[in-house]
Amino acid sequence: MLLTGKTAIVTGGSRGIGRAVSLLLAREGANVAIVYAGNTAAAEETKQQAEALGAAAAVFQCDVADEQAVADMVKAVKTQFGSVDILVNNAGITRDGLLMRMKEADWQAVLDTNLTGVYHCTKAVSKLMMKQRQGAVINLSSVVGETGNAGQANYAAAKAGIIGFTKAVAKELASRNIRVNAVAPGYVETDMTAGLPDSAKEDMLRSIPLGRPATADDVAQAVLFLASDQAKYITGQVLNVDGGMVM
Amino acid sequence: MSEEATFEKVKSIVVEQLGVDEKEVKMDAAYIDDLGADSLDIVELIMAFEEEFNIEIPDDVAEKIKTVKDTVDYIEKEKKA
Repeated sequence: MLLTGKTAIVTGGSRGIGRAVSLLLAREGANVAIVYAGNTAAAEETKQQAEALGAAAAVFQCDVADEQAVADMVKAVKTQFGSVDILVNNAGITRDGLLMRMKEADWQAVLDTNLTGVYHCTKAVSKLMMKQRQGAVINLSSVVGETGNAGQANYAAAKAGIIGFTKAVAKELASRNIRVNAVAPGYVETDMTAGLPDSAKEDMLRSIPLGRPATADDVAQAVLFLASDQAKYITGQVLNVDGGMVM
Repeated sequence: MSEEATFEKVKSIVVEQLGVDEKEVKMDAAYIDDLGADSLDIVELIMAFEEEFNIEIPDDVAEKIKTVKDTVDYIEKEKKA
């Protein structure tokens, strides 16, 4: 097992990619703190599945856009598990629409959760990780942050912002043996993409050299790698998990 | 709290934070030049002082705190204010 004795916080950990990450880290021996915004039933289900794998798991309801709530959550995780070794900034929302029709509230909501949330969580854990002299932060970006995507100006801006944030913080914290990397998934089959029109899904499939969408587990495997000591010499990188969509 | 007591508290924080020997933490010791601190250590030290003495150290003040004496002087001034 790659993560025995480590504690991981996974934001947006109840569903989709976050659930797959929570379960894979649990399978590798980590204690898992599943942070979720609203769906308690899904969070509890993920927790039970993690416990069935033999891991210690707990759920924490927390809006990552709320700095104080994040600070309280990180403190609670530390109290329960004793350390915070891994942070997976996965929480994300979409409010898609063409720019001309995009309301400021939709712009702001996506930036608040997807980018400011990453800032809040990373800042809160960095204080602990600096004392521990070790840690790994993995931020979920997106190929959309690299290529742009019509109808997702807000989401693409946030996901591109995550890449710059990742590199800046990787430089700041490297001297304390804290690694900060990003994973950029392509088209992943989750609740978030389930609502897309069939034509959009077909267009995306045609742009994927490997010829299929990613599963949440495909993405989780990359997160596991970056979280583990197997990636101990890797920091400030963006790992695309996109079937070759962006090269 | 006397200035001496403030110094002792500052010293214990510096020893813990920087992992240096107590004897090295003299009043005129400079964090970066004498005690081997880097910019992240300074941020952590400032945060530890703020917590221990229950004060706010604004960024423009923090930039000017170079030595143990700078720290003790600022804390003493804040206590009297």
